[in-house]
Amino acid sequence: MNRYPLWKYLLILAVLLVGLIYTLPNFYGESPAVQVSPLRTSLKADAALLERVEKTLKAAGLNPEVIALDGNSVKARFADTDNQLKAKDVLIGQLGEDYMVALNLLSRSPHWLTNLHALPMYLGLDLRGGVHFLLQVDMKAALGKALEAATGDIRSALRDQNIAYSGVSREGNVLLVKFRDAEARSKGEEEIKQRFTDYMLSAKEAGGEFVLQATLKPEAERRIQDSAVQQNLLTLRNRVNELGVAEPVIQQQGADRVVVQLPGVQDTAHAKDILGRTATLEVRMVDDEHQVSPGAAAPFGTEMFKDRDGNLLLVKKQVILTGERINDAQPGFDNRNNEPAVHINLDGVGARKFKEASRENVGKRMAIILFEKGKGEIVTAPVIREEIGGGRVQISGRMSTVEAQDTSLLLRAGALAAPMEIIEERTIGPSLGADNIKRGFDSTKIGFIMVAAFMIAYYLMFGTISMLALAANLLLLVALLSMLQATLTLPGMAGIALTLGMAIDANVLINERIREELRNGVTPQAAIHAGYDRAFGTIIDSNATTLIAGIALFMFGSGPVKGFAVVLCLGILTSMFSAVLISRALVNMIYGRKARLAKVAIG
Amino acid sequence: MEFFKIKRDIPFMSYGRYTTAISLVTFLFAVFFLATKGLNFGVDFTGGTVIEVHYAQPADLVKVREQLAATGLPDALVQNFGSSHDVLIQVPLKQNLAGAKLSDQVMDGLRKQDAGVEMRRVEFVGPQVGKDLVDNGALALLLVSLGIVGYLWLRFEWKFGLSAIIANLHDVVIILGFFAFFQWEFSLSVLAAVLAVLGYSVNESVVVFDRIRENFRTMRKAEVAEIIDNAITRTMSRTIITHGCTQMMVGAMLFLGGETLHYFAMALTIGILFSIYSSVLVASPLLMLLGVSREDFIKPEKTDAEEVLP
Repeated sequence: MNRYPLWKYLLILAVLLVGLIYTLPNFYGESPAVQVSPLRTSLKADAALLERVEKTLKAAGLNPEVIALDGNSVKARFADTDNQLKAKDVLIGQLGEDYMVALNLLSRSPHWLTNLHALPMYLGLDLRGGVHFLLQVDMKAALGKALEAATGDIRSALRDQNIAYSGVSREGNVLLVKFRDAEARSKGEEEIKQRFTDYMLSAKEAGGEFVLQATLKPEAERRIQDSAVQQNLLTLRNRVNELGVAEPVIQQQGADRVVVQLPGVQDTAHAKDILGRTATLEVRMVDDEHQVSPGAAAPFGTEMFKDRDGNLLLVKKQVILTGERINDAQPGFDNRNNEPAVHINLDGVGARKFKEASRENVGKRMAIILFEKGKGEIVTAPVIREEIGGGRVQISGRMSTVEAQDTSLLLRAGALAAPMEIIEERTIGPSLGADNIKRGFDSTKIGFIMVAAFMIAYYLMFGTISMLALAANLLLLVALLSMLQATLTLPGMAGIALTLGMAIDANVLINERIREELRNGVTPQAAIHAGYDRAFGTIIDSNATTLIAGIALFMFGSGPVKGFAVVLCLGILTSMFSAVLISRALVNMIYGRKARLAKVAIG
Repeated sequence: MEFFKIKRDIPFMSYGRYTTAISLVTFLFAVFFLATKGLNFGVDFTGGTVIEVHYAQPADLVKVREQLAATGLPDALVQNFGSSHDVLIQVPLKQNLAGAKLSDQVMDGLRKQDAGVEMRRVEFVGPQVGKDLVDNGALALLLVSLGIVGYLWLRFEWKFGLSAIIANLHDVVIILGFFAFFQWEFSLSVLAAVLAVLGYSVNESVVVFDRIRENFRTMRKAEVAEIIDNAITRTMSRTIITHGCTQMMVGAMLFLGGETLHYFAMALTIGILFSIYSSVLVASPLLMLLGVSREDFIKPEKTDAEEVLP
């Protein structure tokens, strides 16, 4: 009765073999590496780039252990960090600005394993060191910006159609368009309804004026907020690329939050500066009609800003363009007088708006204003010489090469659609990460040895079998975590230890049951059979409740807690497999063949 | 080897009055300390900044405090963390402070004082995050409780589900009571441990309940109390050994896992110890109190009506 058909043994053997293969990469460790990836979508990491990197390294006398194409990047592995850092400097010098060169760690596991996608476990930030940021997008500001832009658009739409209006203004989330008579209003309503489908309109008379109230439709509001988050994600990706981080994680979390994880980054102040640069760009016209008087309030419809030298300038409130209309910005030189310059490329809408504005304002000054944390600073305020069409704009004059570079970087990295604030930061230094790995590993190891010693002493042969099953459980759990590339955190390592401790439960249940049956005078074979059979229902029930807790933790936990939940859930699954199937297979192999079994070693 | 060779069933149910009294007293103590002292919530929940730094030589806390006061943080909490070389700096959340930038200011200041200082860890939690974590934690607790009651109801009977969850929530309150009494830091990982205990210690009740159900079928003549006593006595060996093994693992974590895992393991330790007690001496008396009976499992046998056949 205690025999397994051959296929069951083969199945178990196959599972263990697969488990072994996927656990293997964890034993080889990791070596320092350099990763080269293209920064523009037009560029691809291909054999040509591979060759170029190879040649560059060879020319510098650096010999990578392995150099290979991996996804959209070229990775070169080195024996030590010295060579790695040298290689990074050489590559940055040779490849120029189109490629990102980042430091990384690569598994030392042999090629055939990597080809099977057998990778080491993916370590979380608390184990490998790095920074975790949670950023909150200011949705109110995103809506405010959209409304502000709409006031300008409504004005120019009414002007285009020669509809007389007396003013467009914003009050909170409501746009007020004022007309002198009802006829103009109905014309205006017609026009606005057609061109601004995102707005709901209602007519009203107030103080002898004919007013049209425009409010955003709820779905439009949601769309604006969505796209604000999307644009901020994109901007963050561009900025993180500047930092040169090998495997950054940039994800939306919930409706208005963004998670940024930068493994291996140590200079958190620099990272924060780059990420938290809540800069937004606006192009507006300079108001030269009024006199600037420090201390006095700015005249109606204008605002006062300082430029980089600290001079005050009056600028109109109406926004011509925002930073999101900028496709590209590059430093360069003015081809007339060879002065440093910034070349800006606008998108279609931006090009049209810029053309209109420049046509109407030839000879006047335009200001590019950088808003950081609600404070604006004029980056540059050049004079418009002629109408500029085609979306290509050049800014030059009174600029050094470095300034041109800075300005273009600011323009290129893109402005954020809405300001963001860091609301959570977790930084783990590399030494603490290494310590955490050691601690997690040590406590699992010591715990395992203690449990093994006790189980073998207490249950003899059955204890040994239980421990073999438990070892298989550990193997399968590590293999599963490696296979899924689930993030292993320190609480996750605690989860491994805990599930091992809990997995013992199934074995103890079975062994105790067998002892009890033997005490009741049942023959050994029948006792083994009954022990496994009767314990099975209990094992399922008790694991199911823990699984419920694990799933709830996974759903509501964040960061490290989620890591714990993943391990807990997977550990329950592997422990059921190993405690029930593997230990039974071992018992059957040892005792199942003997027809007349007089005694079993169960202590 | 065998630790438990018990010939006769131990009459646990007849001690019901005492064990319930003990539980009630412990429970009330826990509630009392929770109410008077409250939990010492960590930075995860309250918001604020925690910075852990490492010095090559034993750290001079007085100098660190002076430096922080010079940075404009006189109310920062400075203490040793694990060893004399490691220092933990805690700064509560304040509206006028620089938020995420604060850690950079502190590190700059400390580096000026001693260039060899090494940043080990920085945690900054803004006010928006803490509240979310509390809400999510409470929601998870509720969901786990409901899930477990639901599962036990399906597998057993509502009386089992209810008494198991009461017994285990009693464990949770006691763990929290310990954290309140000793003012140990209650962090996100402790919350995870508490929820894991909830799932884990229900195991214990499930194993006993399984036996009770089985006994209702096999011990046809026995009283309910006898049935429960027998179930507890016969699973006792397994209970002690299983928990002993789990505790060995958790103990290794408690002593070797470092500061980060210390309170996590501590919560698990208290949880494991009390779950032994509660599943045996709280859940089962509750089950009796709720009036569990053989009819909950076994449909009364139908006797066929007599028939007259030709």
